[in-house]
Amino acid sequence: MYGTMDEDALTPLHPNYVKAVRLGTALFALPLVIGALVLETAGLLPHGSFVVPALLVALYGVLRVPLRRYHARGYQMGADRLRVVRGLLFRSDTVVPFGRVQHIDVLQGPIERGYGLATLVLHTAGNHNASVALPGLGHADALAMREAIRAHVKRETI
Amino acid sequence: MNVAVPAAPSTTAEEWRRTSRTGFVVRGIMAVRNAALPLLAALVGSGAWKQGWLVIAPLVALACAIGFATSWLAWRHFRYRLGDADVRVEKGLLSRTARSVPYERIQDVSVEQALIPRLFGLVEVKFETGAGGKDELAIGYITEAEGAALRETVRARKSGEGAITGADDRAEPEARLLFAMDLKRLLTFGLFEFSLVVFAVLGGVLQQFDFLLSFDFWDFDAWLALLAGPGHRLGELGLVAQALGAMLALSVLAVLGLVTGLGRTVLRDYGFRLEETPKGLRRRRGLLTRTDVVMPLHRVQALRITSGIVRRRFGWHGLSVVSLAQDTKSESHVVVPFGTMEEIAPVVETTGFVLPGSATDWHMASRRQRNDSIALAVLPLALMAVAALGVALAARAAGLPASGPLLAAFGLAAFGAFLAVRAWYLWRHRRHAIDARQLFVREGWLAPHLAIASRVKLQSVEIAQGPWARRRGYADVNFGVAGGKLAMHGVPLEAARAIRAAVLDSVAAVDFSRLPG
Repeated sequence: MYGTMDEDALTPLHPNYVKAVRLGTALFALPLVIGALVLETAGLLPHGSFVVPALLVALYGVLRVPLRRYHARGYQMGADRLRVVRGLLFRSDTVVPFGRVQHIDVLQGPIERGYGLATLVLHTAGNHNASVALPGLGHADALAMREAIRAHVKRETI
Repeated sequence: MNVAVPAAPSTTAEEWRRTSRTGFVVRGIMAVRNAALPLLAALVGSGAWKQGWLVIAPLVALACAIGFATSWLAWRHFRYRLGDADVRVEKGLLSRTARSVPYERIQDVSVEQALIPRLFGLVEVKFETGAGGKDELAIGYITEAEGAALRETVRARKSGEGAITGADDRAEPEARLLFAMDLKRLLTFGLFEFSLVVFAVLGGVLQQFDFLLSFDFWDFDAWLALLAGPGHRLGELGLVAQALGAMLALSVLAVLGLVTGLGRTVLRDYGFRLEETPKGLRRRRGLLTRTDVVMPLHRVQALRITSGIVRRRFGWHGLSVVSLAQDTKSESHVVVPFGTMEEIAPVVETTGFVLPGSATDWHMASRRQRNDSIALAVLPLALMAVAALGVALAARAAGLPASGPLLAAFGLAAFGAFLAVRAWYLWRHRRHAIDARQLFVREGWLAPHLAIASRVKLQSVEIAQGPWARRRGYADVNFGVAGGKLAMHGVPLEAARAIRAAVLDSVAAVDFSRLPG
């Protein structure tokens, strides 16, 4: 009755998601770059043999990967179901019917809070995909989606 | 709060109740039993055991005293109550825990009787809530009669809102026998449960107690020395005798495996009975630890019919039901451990599921998936084999012995061929089907199995693709099942999408809370 959804275009995440992932990756890469610098000063190998690869990997991880991840992700809010698509190499395309949602979380980490983002998590009773997370939503959007799903669940239950 | 309420065996609750008085003795014995090994280890490790009984006896007495004292305190501070809407349990001396479980959240009530409580005629009642093992509510130990009454009361109150209540829950409900195993069947089952797990256990024990042996068990040189010393006659007996010895060792291995399999099976499944009662399927089994579980039929999410590569040839299969309430250790309840399809069919019918028939439209996995899985299995080994061959050729050119690398190349090639055949066999026997009400997945090699899931009871659907699968246009379809897993592998992408759309439409039409059960 609602069609297959597969042909419809996905809703992209909030643009700030790229920045948030970049900041997260940068914080993760920082100790590695510092480690490379320390090894460099020890002077074991010719100049640049530690710092150059480390910096290249860090730059690729900070600049390119978040953008690709942003384009790989997306969601689609149906009348009675949520579709979540993610993954660069390993694609995953999950649909959760609202009628199977046990409870809903809206999470905000420190970085997400800084960019006004939130992660919506739907919990089902299934062992596989027990909780389906959708990061990179605007906080207000996430709250609105939560209310919509909750209203649906409530309406169905009454 | 600390007024001692006598454990009156009445089922009209509302007041706080205690567990059985003798229960603390049982707990004490079990605590001492559990402490025995660590105590032994501590005694040996600290060297205290060399000091003689004057040191050991007080330590053992102290351990016993602590065990019994803590179990007495635990008993003293444990109480439970069957309220109007929930089961409440309060426990703990220093950190008190008060847990309330609403009747609607209780998936299943099971009565368990381990060896020691059995000697005292006591049972432990467990309430399964689907929260997972450690958060489960257990009331132990109470008398058998009280346990049965407690279970009936909880069941009655639980189904109270369901409006389908039996006439009188106090009376033992009439039961229809669905499946039972006599001793002959049990022993046949045991033969098929051939297991070499005993060697793992023996290895572990040897590792623990190797200080008792006069030499290092894993030291090959020590064995050689032993063989050359007092055992040198073994080496002189000649080829025939050595072959005989090897055969003897193999038959000892076989006998041990059989005995282990038989022993484990008899311990677990002795007196197996499956009955249909108004409250669901009731299963009783066990020789030393007797368990009694009732699985409400409406909670069954999926079925699994399992077999083995050998036992299938003899027509033996097993049936398990997948539900939110989990069995100890494994994720599904075995309802027919070992039976023919003729015996399994009526049980399947009772659960409301339908076995696949001639009308079932089976589909195979994509041929591309077969080619890819074979290539992925073979490629690394083929590369290694070629490398080994190269080393062999180089060694030969340099005039060095080349038999080692050559042998390695052949071994790798043979292993690669084996993996390729396995991947092909897996693909050849992999089937999936979907009909108006159910999903079917048939898979497996050493342990072939058939899963049947109800479409409306699925929780979510995922289409997953790895980097290869994306290029080649096939996908895995993973279904969220409460209490289990179900996946179709290597489905062409278009078919995967169609299956998902069909399943989702039947899922979305029925709300979770209004699912039958």
